[in-house]
Amino acid sequence: MNQQRRKSSLLGALLVSAALFGGGCKDKEESKPNGTGKSGETTTTASRGNVVTGDTIKIGEYGSLTGDNSTFGISTDRGIKLAIEEANAAGGINGKKLELVAEDDNSKSEQAKTVVQKLVSSEKVIAVIGEVASSRSMMAAPVCQEAKVPMVSPSSTNPKVTAIGDYIFRVCFTDDFQAVVAAQFAWDQGFKNVAVFTDVKSDYSKAFGELFANKLKALGGKIAAEPTYQSGDVDFKAQLATIKGATPDAILVPGYYTEVGTIARQAREIGVTVPLLGGDGWESDQLIPGAGTALEGCFFTNHYFAHDLPDPNIKSFVAAFQKAYPGKQPGALDALGYDAAKVIIEALKRSKSLDSVALRDAIADTKGFAGVSGKITLDEKRNARKEALVFEIKGKEFKPKKSYKPEQVGL
Amino acid sequence: MRWLLGRIGVVVLTCAILLVANRLIIDNIKEYYVSVLVLCGLYATLAVSLNLINGITGQFSIGHAGFYAVGAYVGGAWTMLIRPLVVKSLPILQTGTQIGDHLNLFIALVLGTVCAGLTGLLVGLPSLRLRGDYLAIVTLGFGEVIRIVILNMDVVGGPRGFTPITELVNNHGIPLVWIFGLLVVVVAFSRNLLKSAQGLKFLAVREDEIAADAMGVNTTRVKVTAFVIGSAFAGAAGVLYAHCQTGITPDSFDMNTSIIITTMVVLGGTGSISGSLLAGIALTALPELLRNDFIKEYRMVIFSTLLVVFMLTRPQGIFGHREIALPRFLRRLGRKGEPNP
Amino acid sequence: MQALVQTLIYGVETGAIYALIALGYTMVYGVLRLINFAHGDVYMIGAFVGFFACTQWLPFKDLSQHPEAAMLNVVLALVTLLLSMLICALLGITIERFAYRPLRNGFRNADAHFWGFVIALPVTAFAGAMTTTKRQGVFLFAGVVIGFIMRPVMAYLAKRIKPSGSRLNALITAIGVSLMLENGGINIFGADPKFIPDILPKRQFNLFGLVFDSSGLIILAIAAILMALLRYIVLYTRPGKAMRAISHDIDAAKLMGINTDRVISFTFALGASLAGAAGFMVAAFTNIKVVPLFGLQPGLKAFVAAVLGGAGNIPGATLGGLIMGVVESLVASKFPQWRDAVAFILLIVILLVRPAGLLGKNTAEKV
Repeated sequence: MNQQRRKSSLLGALLVSAALFGGGCKDKEESKPNGTGKSGETTTTASRGNVVTGDTIKIGEYGSLTGDNSTFGISTDRGIKLAIEEANAAGGINGKKLELVAEDDNSKSEQAKTVVQKLVSSEKVIAVIGEVASSRSMMAAPVCQEAKVPMVSPSSTNPKVTAIGDYIFRVCFTDDFQAVVAAQFAWDQGFKNVAVFTDVKSDYSKAFGELFANKLKALGGKIAAEPTYQSGDVDFKAQLATIKGATPDAILVPGYYTEVGTIARQAREIGVTVPLLGGDGWESDQLIPGAGTALEGCFFTNHYFAHDLPDPNIKSFVAAFQKAYPGKQPGALDALGYDAAKVIIEALKRSKSLDSVALRDAIADTKGFAGVSGKITLDEKRNARKEALVFEIKGKEFKPKKSYKPEQVGL
Repeated sequence: MRWLLGRIGVVVLTCAILLVANRLIIDNIKEYYVSVLVLCGLYATLAVSLNLINGITGQFSIGHAGFYAVGAYVGGAWTMLIRPLVVKSLPILQTGTQIGDHLNLFIALVLGTVCAGLTGLLVGLPSLRLRGDYLAIVTLGFGEVIRIVILNMDVVGGPRGFTPITELVNNHGIPLVWIFGLLVVVVAFSRNLLKSAQGLKFLAVREDEIAADAMGVNTTRVKVTAFVIGSAFAGAAGVLYAHCQTGITPDSFDMNTSIIITTMVVLGGTGSISGSLLAGIALTALPELLRNDFIKEYRMVIFSTLLVVFMLTRPQGIFGHREIALPRFLRRLGRKGEPNP
Repeated sequence: MQALVQTLIYGVETGAIYALIALGYTMVYGVLRLINFAHGDVYMIGAFVGFFACTQWLPFKDLSQHPEAAMLNVVLALVTLLLSMLICALLGITIERFAYRPLRNGFRNADAHFWGFVIALPVTAFAGAMTTTKRQGVFLFAGVVIGFIMRPVMAYLAKRIKPSGSRLNALITAIGVSLMLENGGINIFGADPKFIPDILPKRQFNLFGLVFDSSGLIILAIAAILMALLRYIVLYTRPGKAMRAISHDIDAAKLMGINTDRVISFTFALGASLAGAAGFMVAAFTNIKVVPLFGLQPGLKAFVAAVLGGAGNIPGATLGGLIMGVVESLVASKFPQWRDAVAFILLIVILLVRPAGLLGKNTAEKV
């Protein structure tokens, strides 16, 4: 008897599971009124999204303040804070002060979604700024889209980010422009046989490499070799030896500065002398310390920003930045963070009412806004149409070499 | 007969509680807290399922995230890749409707569980010949290999991650029913296993493998069984994770995740189901609670310091081998109602 | 053919580093049967010591401006090497004393003191960071006070603790220490990558059509010297003999009058100093980024190397490290995306075919 019971308790476990799955099915009918009731509710309250109440306007920010990509997150955060402080110093919006609610996602896409949910549902922010890395932006964007809170990404360049919905914007160009510029530039420089060395771990790098290869082939060039690496690797010599064997005119390394310096050094060590090409992932004050002299005469495409460009907008931004953060030189990410916040602030001034749905329309209307990283006009795909700038590395400086407008590369 | 009625009563009661709780929670608390609850439920499931391997059977696996990943990717692959092919001939699988969503999730759940279980079998059969540290290393290695294989599968996005995955669970506002339902199943399974003759074999393997062998227990079989069941449940958690998160990347299943799950089991008390359950919930909720301005930067240091101090001052975990059991508590209140096994 | 030989040479260079780290894993495993997960982070600390020495502590000269200072830099680099070995050795001893010894011998008063302070420290650090006043001293004082208050609490907790023999506990403790070092590193050093500038002149040599790089050769030479030194210590000195006795049978060693705790400390110091040297050399001579997670991947690979050669077996660790490096390099030249997987596949195959590792002895389990 006793043993029989023991056996049947195993059966009991099965029964629990079976009944639970049954319960799950049963739930379908039960939750129907609930489901519709809920969606009815949301249409009434969510028709205006998050609404500003009280004296402060909350703007959310999520970024990689710690973790692998923390330099990107921290740079962007500096720019955003500067813009918010300036707006508050100028009296805020209609007498209301702006408040920035910054959340850290630890450079993890899993956390990006959670913190954005927190921003949107708990903090009731009216707009969200973030993130630098496209993969994390794509993780969090559906939350904003669903809650009807506009999200402005400062520097996610993957084309898919803004395709998620009509509440997702960006103030930078996309990879399908940047990579094409890089290819056009390579062609113009006479690099007809280019090796592409991409980081398989990064969406950005992979897409950049593919788009570059397509454009260069279309122009009549050739891809010499296509080895890959993974960010975090420290030894690239094996792959670089493959590249050396293919004797290219140049090597495209569309990765982040954290690896590019090491790659350049090791390339020179094994006797590769051709120039390296790259994208906006190179932009960092740590690029040169990492590379030493190995990147002399190399080129990379970047956002239209350099702290020594003779633009009055940039001059005043650099001055304000250095006053707020003594001893620091702003980079493109600081500038884009600043611009992303500025676009929202300008839109708030134009917005018909202080709720997130009206704000979305105002942001979508952004035309010819003079940002520090170029003029920002948001197109129907909610991307910014901007110029790209190719820099040449000379000594310890990045020198602007050539700029490309979208029309110049046939876009 | 009384026994059967009692069991059915428990099951019905559980379902009712879950449904009511779900409605109360979904309607009244913010989305952020729901998502924290979802993660708590998932990690508790993972911890309890690993407890089957590490705690009850006394093996030493630190690669649990690999099976979690298998479940998540297989589940995602069903919804995003296979379902669209099948849906033409089987229109009932159309998502967006109540029945379609739940049916799809159920199929994904079954597929994910089975595949993770099979992977567990593949991993377990050769590696469970090893013991102790070596087993730990091999499971860690397999976990990493699974992740790198996924990293190199372009069809599921590779390093870019598998996005988007249709949000089946949240669509009708009942993610918690599925997630906590799974948790209840895992807990009930573990608990009933411990009470059964089969379970005694598992415990015997934990206490002394050689003695168990001598007593006629097929130790390899027991170990592999535990491993397969544990992996299968992890896979089920993975399926739900994929459909709640709507996007997964291989990095979500790296060594750190495995280590966190192992930590939960050890902190909760190796072998204690309720311990793993509570540790799973606590260790997921704690970092979120610490997410305020004051401790933000230091939370990971504090977390790891506490972990070490805890290991040194209470090596057996919070509960050791003991359980907190509701029935015993109820029995103390009055000896009726609960069908006594 | 030439390309193959070249790839092998790169593999040996990487392998030498893996071997240096693997030696620490294997020695600790030999004496304690403990996988010291924090070892990779000791390697990271070695790199950071190198970074601070090269950029702040020592008067290194920038070679691009002062090419005549090469000799001075060589001397300073040697000093830095010894410095990072010393600091890492101290760190290794500390980790052993306060994290692993309590697991063996029970949680004593001294441990209660130490951990009381460790808990108090981040708390006061964040309190200090919160305030706008410059009175950091007050917070330091508060930290000390809180540290003293923590002591009786910890001691009370400690009263009922018996030493735990569980391997799982030891492993989790090791993982916890590793997380502490990584996250502490993020708080103290910051997560942004740092690079050591060029401190030594670099040259390439062409020999039989193969390219040799001076920095790779320096790493190989120093690694070889250190390994020879280690071999001498383990085989011919008293602590080395005691180490071998302990790894053979710790209880018997105790009965023979060996102060096992001291010898275990010594083992940790040896292993940690090798890792420190490796950390500095990699950071300074290959100029890769120095971040708090610097030791994660190399640590894992070195650990695999140690198991490959036979955990607890010192020549095995060297062999395992070299094999790892070469195999990885070969795979990376053809299928770079499988580089990380190959380490683990190798590990799995070896463990399944020959569980004791390449050079390890298979011992029958005693009933």
